[in-house]
Parts: sequence; C-alpha cells; structure tokens
Amino acid sequence: MDWFLQQLINGLALGSIYALIALGYTMVYGVLRFINFAHSDVMMLGAFAAYFLAPVLAHVLASESYLSALAIIVLAAAICAIIGMLIEFLAYRPLRRRPKLAVLITAIGVSLLIESACQHQAIFGAATRPFPKLIPQRDYQLAGLSVNSNDIGVLIVTAFLLALLWWIVQRTKMGIAMRAISFNEPAAALMGININRIISFTFGLGSALAAVAGVFYAMRAPGIEPLMGIQPGLRAFTAAVVGGIGNLPGAALGGVLIGVLETFAGGIPILSNYRDGIAFSILILILLFKPSGLLGKTEVEKV
Amino acid sequence: MNARNSKKWLLAALGAALVISYFSAQFNRYYLGVAIDVGINIILAVSLNLINGHTGQFSLGHAGFMAVGGFTAAKFTLLTAPAFFPLSLLIGGLMAALAGLLVGVPSLRLRGDYLAIVTLGFGEIIRVIFQNSQAFGAATGLTGIPDLTTLFWTFGTAAITVYVVTSLVNSTYGRGFICVRDDEVAAAAIGISPTRYKVTAFVVGAFFAGVAGALYAHHKTVMQPDGFNFIRSIDIVVMVILGGMGRTTGVIIAAVVLTVLPEFLREFASYRMILYSLLIIGLMLARPEGLFTIRKRTNAGA
Amino acid sequence: MSVSLLLDSITLRFGGLTAVSALNLSVSGEDLLGLIGPNGAGKTTVFNLITGVYTPTEGTITFNGRPTTRFKAPQLARLGIARTFQNIRLFGSLSVFDNVRAAVQLHRSHGIRDALSRGKSFHESEKVVADQVMEMLELFRLARLRDEPATSLPYGEQRRLEIVRALATQPKLLLLDEPAAGMNPTEKVELMKLIQFVKDKYKIAVLLVEHDMQVVMGICQRIAVLDHGIKIAEGTPTEVRADPKVIDAYLGHEHS
Repeated sequence: MDWFLQQLINGLALGSIYALIALGYTMVYGVLRFINFAHSDVMMLGAFAAYFLAPVLAHVLASESYLSALAIIVLAAAICAIIGMLIEFLAYRPLRRRPKLAVLITAIGVSLLIESACQHQAIFGAATRPFPKLIPQRDYQLAGLSVNSNDIGVLIVTAFLLALLWWIVQRTKMGIAMRAISFNEPAAALMGININRIISFTFGLGSALAAVAGVFYAMRAPGIEPLMGIQPGLRAFTAAVVGGIGNLPGAALGGVLIGVLETFAGGIPILSNYRDGIAFSILILILLFKPSGLLGKTEVEKV
Repeated sequence: MNARNSKKWLLAALGAALVISYFSAQFNRYYLGVAIDVGINIILAVSLNLINGHTGQFSLGHAGFMAVGGFTAAKFTLLTAPAFFPLSLLIGGLMAALAGLLVGVPSLRLRGDYLAIVTLGFGEIIRVIFQNSQAFGAATGLTGIPDLTTLFWTFGTAAITVYVVTSLVNSTYGRGFICVRDDEVAAAAIGISPTRYKVTAFVVGAFFAGVAGALYAHHKTVMQPDGFNFIRSIDIVVMVILGGMGRTTGVIIAAVVLTVLPEFLREFASYRMILYSLLIIGLMLARPEGLFTIRKRTNAGA
Repeated sequence: MSVSLLLDSITLRFGGLTAVSALNLSVSGEDLLGLIGPNGAGKTTVFNLITGVYTPTEGTITFNGRPTTRFKAPQLARLGIARTFQNIRLFGSLSVFDNVRAAVQLHRSHGIRDALSRGKSFHESEKVVADQVMEMLELFRLARLRDEPATSLPYGEQRRLEIVRALATQPKLLLLDEPAAGMNPTEKVELMKLIQFVKDKYKIAVLLVEHDMQVVMGICQRIAVLDHGIKIAEGTPTEVRADPKVIDAYLGHEHS
C-alpha cells in the first residue's frame, strides 16, 4: 500500500508538469485548430531562462529560497510568454488564411530551428548542464511516505495555476473570448472580438504555463539541454489528445493520468526501453479509436 | 515526357544507367558515393511526393519505411549471399509496402494534422522496434553489409520510380490522387474512394522507400536504427516541399540540390539543421509552391 | 431509364439536435422534384443523407430497389446518384478537361496495371476517355476552356462545369444543391434551360434544392417543402404556392 501511495504522489507530481504543458497544446488547438509543434521547445526555454536567472537573482534575493524561486518562475514565465507571442506573430499569423498543412510544416520548422540553434555552441551548446537548486531540498515524512519538497512545490503551484486558469477562462473577458473563438471564429469576430489579440494572449498564456512546467521538470531532471522538451512534450501532447484536444479540464486530467501511468510503469524494466514507442502507441491508439479523447466532442464536418 | 514516349524514356534511362555504371570503376570514389546518395534521395523524394504532394497526405514517417526496407534487405543478403542482391531489393520494397499498408489503413481516415502525428509516431515506433530487436543488431544495428549498390541499381531504380509515379498520376485513373488532395468530398461524389487512393499512394510510396533503404544499406554497409528517426523523415519532407509538392521535376531537382549542397558546404555542417529549419519556415511563408517550380497554369502533367 | 429513390421515415439526429424527422420522399422515373424550405429547414442535410455523407439515425433509403442506407458516396456514385454542391467544389489544381476526365474514370475500362504498362490498350482507352470528355465539353459549350484551371472560370461556367462533371458519371439521378446560388437573373434563366436540357437529353431524374422561387416554380414538376426537418407539404407548384402551411413557414422570408 505504501509503495502504491508513494508512486501515486510521484506520479501526480510528474503528471502536474505534463498537465501544465498539455494545457498549452490544447488551448492553442482550441483557438487555431492546429498543433503547435514548437510548444515543447518553449518549455525548454523556460528551464534555460530559470537557469540563467538564478545566479542573477541570487544577488538580490537569497538563493535557494522560496521567494527567489517564485521570482525566477514568474520571470521565466513572463519571458516565455513573450517568446510564445513572438513566434505566433512572426511564423503563424502570416499563414492564418492558408491550409492547415502549411502552418503545421512551419511549426515543425520553428521547433527544429529553436532546437538546432540552441544546440549550437554559440547559444547553449548541446551538453547537459546541471540545474541549480531553487528551493531547499527536503524530504518530508508524512504517514510513512517520503515526499520531496520539489514535488510539493509542483503540486501546490500547479493547483494554484489550474485555479487561476479556470478563473481566467470562465470569468474574464479574455477567457470568454478564447472560448468563443474556439467554438466559432467567424461569429466571434462578428461580435467584435479582436481575434489577433486573443490568439496572442492564448499563446502567451500557454507558453507561460509551459515555462513553469519547464522549471519544475528541470528541478527533477539530472540537468537541462536543448532537446529536453521533446520527450515531455510528446507525453503532454498525448495527454492533451487523451483528454480531448481543445478541452482544458481534459488536458489537465490527461496530463495527470499519463504522469501517474508512466510512474507506475517506470518500475518495469522491460518497458523502459520501449518508452518512446509506448507513448506514441497510446497516442496512435487514441487517435485511431477515440480521437475526440475522454472528454472531447466529435466534430461533424459540414458539407 | 508525355504519355506516348514515357516508356522509351524509361528504357533509355535504364540503358544510360547501365552504361555509366559499367565505367564506374574509373570514377573518383567520393563523387561516386555522392552520386549514389543523390540517386537514393531521388527515389525517396519522388516516392514521398506521391503521398504528400500528389495525394496531399502529410506523412512524416517515410524514414520508417526506409528502415524496414533497409533492415530486411540487409538481413536477407547477410543470411544468404551477395548474389541475391536484386532479390533483397525486392524483398526490402515488399516488406516496406506491407508496413505501408499496416500503417496506412488505420491512419488514412484521419485528417491533416492528426495523420502527420500518427505517421510520425509509426516512424518512431518502427525505429524503436529495430532498436530493441536482437535479430537486427539492436542499438548497434547491422554491420558488414556487402557493398553492392552500383550506379545502375540506384539510378535504374530512380528511373523506375519516376516512371511509375508519373505514369500513375498522369493516367485517367491517377487523376484521382489529385482529386483526393483537392477535395475529398467532391472526389467521393464522383465515385473516387479517397481511402483506397490514399492507401494505394501510401503502399506505392512505401515500396520505393523500402527499395531506397535497401540500396542505402548496401551502400553505407551499416544500418543503424538511430539514423532513421524523425529528422531523417523531415530531410525527405524538405525535399518535397522545396521541389513543390506534386511537381516531380521540381522534387528531383530539390533532391539533387539538397544532397550535393551539404557536401560542398561541409564546413557549415553544424549549421545544417538551422539552415534547414529556416528554409522550411521561409518556404512556407514566402513561396509554398517550392523553389524549383515554374508556376504552371494547371497540373496537366508531372 | 427509369429510376426510383425512396426515403422511408428518415430521421437524423446529431446528439440532441434533430435535423431531419420522419421524412418520406420519393423520386422516380424522370421526375424533376424540387425541395424547398426556409433557411435551416434541413434541405442540404437531406441531400447529404441521400449521397452518403450522413447516415440516418432511423429509416431506410432505397435506390432502384436496393437498400442504400449505409452506403457511402463512392458506392452511390457507382449506382448512379450524382450531385453538385452548394459551394461549388471543383478540383482546383486540375483543368476543366481533367475535372470531367476524373469523373469519367468511374466507368473506365482500364486501371492501375494498364496505366503502368502503357500498352496499346491503355492508349486506346485513354483516347476513348478523351473523346467522351470532349463530347460533353462541346455539348455544354466549355470546350474552348478545356485547359484552363477549373477555378479560373466565371461563376456561371464553374457551376455548369460542376454539373457536367456530375453527368460524366452517367448517373440515373442528379441532385443539384442550390445551383442558382450567387447567380444574376440572366444566369438563372440559362441555368433553368440547362437543367431542362440535361433532363431531356439524358433522361434522368433530377432532385433540386433551391431557395430561388423563380427557378423552382419555373422548372419543377413537383415540389416538397421542408421546415425544421419535417415535410410540411408536397405537390405541384400551383398547389404548393397556395398551401397555407407553406406560406406560414416562409412568413418573413422574401423571394423574387
């Protein structure tokens, strides 16, 4: 029983990270009906942003403190929000009226560009860098279970962000506009909604969440490197599809589900070699049998 | 090349390939290697063009079919003898075609972006399977494959690939591929089964990718699963995009350029992916019909 | 060439929405049946049901005695049901010639193997196809445009091309989905003459969905009226025009 609960907590922590990334995929798909391949790279950039911010902030605030960690996360999120909006503006917006295929190819191009540019010596270099400790590392003992401070951090922050996101999407004008666009873009435009601004906002929001995910992922990982976003990105995308692409609670649910499943399966040695294959297999199975996901609706094409 | 003399063209090309190949011992080994690489990439690009270009199905897993063809052909030659090389090419192609059928039938019901993801996934799954398969050398792959690929086999196959794809597409039957690309619903309304055409394109494309993989295996003499990942698929996709999706001539030129250029620009090897990705983005934003196409008024030919 | 299409108690539900309810419709012989109704009545939905784009939730469709309820568009085309679309759907990358050629291929005698072997029989078949296409293009005065990209034609001629393409599949029943949409009065008169010509020359049945009353009343022998997915009236143009239920349904809508 203890082992089960222990894995569960670890799984929830990992799942929260996936959920944060998945939300970005699903939000962008909701408003633009397209898969932002470059999203996982923004997550990586968030981790790197935190990496470079940590020593800078150490001059101002105490390093390895909750306050500085918070500041780093917020700043990294802000930086990535801007990056996300920039990508949308430069690479996706000009292709808004074109067939979906063109944007998809461009997204792949952007993703490869970020990855290969960051791998170049002049930028980050391909080598893995150890990630600094942002918060005091402590293992708390609760009812016979060992919970790491990183895990607690990610659970608390994710819960907060999910609540914040829910509030934004349900109660603010921006959020309602996002939902309007995802239901019916032409009608939303006719209602006076500034489509460009809302789409920018969506990208910014999704990228900020990805950045936070990137920081927490880095805290658990042995180190950071330019290709670190690929694997979690794949899991998160699968999660978004599992939950129903375009559906926000679905993405969160999917993320947690995949995180928990992966943690439980992680103990099985045979499966670990096939990890990439398994993630893709789940994705393919869902797309083939229930493309609308667990919580999504099937779309009917109007002829 | 029009309908009447396409067969003569094919025979001429095969003849030329045979003659040139006969003298290949005289050529500089390095240039010979590059020429064979060019031929293999032409096969890959033209075969993918049938799927992505003519039929408009965005497949991101072509490297997977190449891997299937390469591994099975190499294994076959290693188990039998170099004399069976032509047979191994055929086997590689057929196994890849089978893979194409298995991947295509379930996937081709999906639309655009989902199909891309699923084919990407299948490509990666194929890679992972080979990576964990002892019979195919696991992570190290197969080595010591006999160097049997000649100019004749390479360009002969390339000529056949071009012939098959263009003959198919330019026939009345083959107009169906383009109809499926342009408007599936309208195509169905005039009796064209979109799924059947998509699967056919997939299987034919996969077959030639498999043969290309077999040629590749017997050229590089090693087959490593790592080399057949998503990036490799993207390499081929870029050729198709650069050449103008659906324009066979453009795609051939793009394949030649993108094989030869990196050789000349060896110093810039570290910038290769950066340049490629900029190329992809630039093409999509500025010239989606590709660099090597003259804007024709209709798709009346290849 | 007698034909019979029978819709028996057709109902279509999308989740909670009932698009079509207990519809009975029949087209036979060389009928020219018009299907009208206010916006959102479900006319195009009925079309999509007949042509296999949607599958009915309840009820059956029979064509010439064969149950075709679950059949998809390609099978129905083979059986002899052809259609045009509300928003003209031509093949944009293909020429006028090739658009029709693609439809002729339904009844062609040569296939993949011939295309690859490029032997004598292939070339002969292709010539037969080319002749068939040119014959139709000439008949419908599109021959001089044969190599133009299909979508570069003026709207009226695109519509004509779409009808020619549908006819190239040698249908027994032709479904026209708002063919007069976006046309000026002259074009509409042309269209009416075209439809009449098609019916007389090819001896087929035509089912027409249309908003334009001038067109509908002008050429249809019988008219069925839909409102909110239910058939509220059926009869000759005169009968339908005077039917109070029909007038009621259209209250507030203006037609020429």
